[in-house]
Amino acid sequence: MGKRILAGTHFMNGDEACAEGAVAAGCSLFAGYPITPQSEIAERISVRLPQVGGVFIQMEDEISSLAAVLGGAWGGAKAMTATSGPGFSLMMENLGLGLMTETPCVLINIQRGGPSTGLPTLVGQGDMMQARWGSHGDYAVIALCPSSPQESFELTVDAFNLAEIYRLPVLVMSDEVVGHMYERVDIDPDKIKIVERKKPSLPPGEFLLYKPGPNLVPEGMPSFGDGYKVHVTGLTHDERGYPIIDAATQHQNVVRLRDKIYKNIDDIVRVEETATEDADVVIVTYGISARTSLGALNMARDKGLKVGMLRLITVWPFPEAIVKAMAQRVAGFVVPEINLGQIVLEVDRVVRGDTIVRSVPHAGGDIHDPRVILEAIEEVLAHAS
Amino acid sequence: MATAVTKRWKTKLGFLFIQEDECKGCNFCIEFCPKKVLERSEQFNAKGYYPPIVIDAEACVNCTFCELVCPDFAIWSEKLSPETVREGDNHG
Amino acid sequence: MPAKSRALPTPDLLTDVRHPMEKYLRMDRLPHIWCSGCGLGTALSCFTYALDELGLTDADLGVVSGIGCTGRAAGYLNLDSYHTTHGRAIAFATGLALARPEKKVVVISGDGDLFAIGGNHFIHAARRNINMTVLCVNNFNYGMTGGQFGPTTPIGQKGTTAPYGNFENPFNLPYLAASSGAVYVARWTSLDARRVKEAMMEAIQRPGFSFVEIISPCPTNYGRRNRIGDGLDELRYYQENTVIRHGSDPKHADLGPGKEITVGCFVDEPRPTYLELYNELVVKKNQF
Repeated sequence: MGKRILAGTHFMNGDEACAEGAVAAGCSLFAGYPITPQSEIAERISVRLPQVGGVFIQMEDEISSLAAVLGGAWGGAKAMTATSGPGFSLMMENLGLGLMTETPCVLINIQRGGPSTGLPTLVGQGDMMQARWGSHGDYAVIALCPSSPQESFELTVDAFNLAEIYRLPVLVMSDEVVGHMYERVDIDPDKIKIVERKKPSLPPGEFLLYKPGPNLVPEGMPSFGDGYKVHVTGLTHDERGYPIIDAATQHQNVVRLRDKIYKNIDDIVRVEETATEDADVVIVTYGISARTSLGALNMARDKGLKVGMLRLITVWPFPEAIVKAMAQRVAGFVVPEINLGQIVLEVDRVVRGDTIVRSVPHAGGDIHDPRVILEAIEEVLAHAS
Repeated sequence: MATAVTKRWKTKLGFLFIQEDECKGCNFCIEFCPKKVLERSEQFNAKGYYPPIVIDAEACVNCTFCELVCPDFAIWSEKLSPETVREGDNHG
Repeated sequence: MPAKSRALPTPDLLTDVRHPMEKYLRMDRLPHIWCSGCGLGTALSCFTYALDELGLTDADLGVVSGIGCTGRAAGYLNLDSYHTTHGRAIAFATGLALARPEKKVVVISGDGDLFAIGGNHFIHAARRNINMTVLCVNNFNYGMTGGQFGPTTPIGQKGTTAPYGNFENPFNLPYLAASSGAVYVARWTSLDARRVKEAMMEAIQRPGFSFVEIISPCPTNYGRRNRIGDGLDELRYYQENTVIRHGSDPKHADLGPGKEITVGCFVDEPRPTYLELYNELVVKKNQF
């Protein structure tokens, strides 16, 4: 039997690091479909899962890939799929099924230029709002954004843990550059924390599949064959899991699915602040755009401009409190992202005019030129003075 | 289903049971019973359907076709082992 | 002779007597929603008797359903049951089967769910010989959504979206299942209840991808719009037009106006399952 955790220092790209993160986290089922720029995840995990007693299956499309992951999860497996824009769009309905049935699993999106076939081999970050609103109806998601292969490994492990803790599909929203760039990846088993699948503490008959615990998350998830005769349905359902088609059950069901994320937001949200203590302008960004923003930050600091960066590691749920607080003490925010302005809308919504919010858009196919970010910073400073 | 009244008829080899209020009047059992044991009752049930009624219990051979084809779990049979059959009798 | 005037046998009147298949049913969710005369209750009943005769419980087997009238079947069964998205039951079941290879996964769904939106998953799961049994109740239309025609609606027959009669060539399900690689393929009508139960038993016992089609009346939509009459009339039609041809070439089991309904077991040939091949050619071969 092979080792799940490849302890040591490696030179990997972000895709491979995601695959290693999944295997380290205990993933025992991967169901996916080839798509650039994600394929290296599937390729690597197809090598690794058989070594650790897991199963890799290449399904017939992305719809069935996520459906098989959800089925695997209810079979007791830690399950994952990975895709890119077009596949991500196909997965939307079953993402909703995973959210409604509170099924723990991981969905990695190595974003590429869109819309449509777009730029299969080139970078984009244009699926961020789709991650939040792509499926139909009201729900809440957790989306993590790695900025390096090292973080691709770590956040994939975290995604599996968050999925088990909050009982939902967790999204890892990476992008083509992070996915294809090679960097050093240190894997230290002592630093890896694994959250195992929680089984029900109550026996069948007393146990209610969707009775929420104090943190609004159902306590314990029986697997297929455990004797709990579960009923899992995408229909609005009560605490037993039985479909109940009325507004009262809908309210109870849907509000809890939202609140179990937003009432626990402080435990979920993670950001990284760089030089924000004295910053007049703060760059709010995520993923690969944080790497280019660091270049802009350094150039600005060299010019004596007090600039900091707030890197969103969890983009969803959006770190509202942190951004709102920071808005009270800065002249403005610049928001570089490789789309025509998506997360900037969240910054704007939260800041509500307390300070300047300046989008630094990019249509896709390349990362920002740091000087463009610098110009935006200088613009904001000029405007603010 | 459990608290509803169940009618039980003695047959040559055991019993035939009907929970009239479960029936939705599809008549599958009546039409296709190989021994013509059943007929439509003249009283309708709680749902307003006419359930089957046993007109010839002796003819029933507990072949279980009615319970398999019944869409509403309203009719079923129980075959007793040969020894116990002799003790039972019929009120008919 | 009218029933009333003959000496009718007098039944005992009992209370708290339970139907023998109650152990397989979520009693708190019955009676079910299916119309009077629909064949779905028959299919559900046959399934419970099949499990009973095989002595199977929720420790051995679970059910996955899609969306549609048949899709509600999972919700009535007192087993691990999963009611998934339209067309994706087989894909969900694939994951379930791979995660718990020692259990049997049964997909119970309808003609629209399995062969229109779900067709791609059906042919691939069969090709891969994933260990699951697919029970398709084929009532030739989308009943739940009001009677639209579907991928199996015979030519000339009406649906709410085929007001002038369907002109699309329908699937021949046994032929499709056989050609996709299913190791067991059978078709019966819901009138052949005993054989439906037996085919279900056989299908469940076969390792790999097994398929049973149960032709069933849909009086409220398909039957009414095509002047077939009620469920009973449709069963009478089956009785008069059904021909049993075990082992015959499923290519000739197509349905259509004026054609016989060919039923029987068309395919029963074992083949290594997906996981058997995976363990043999991937895991063992590389000594993992």
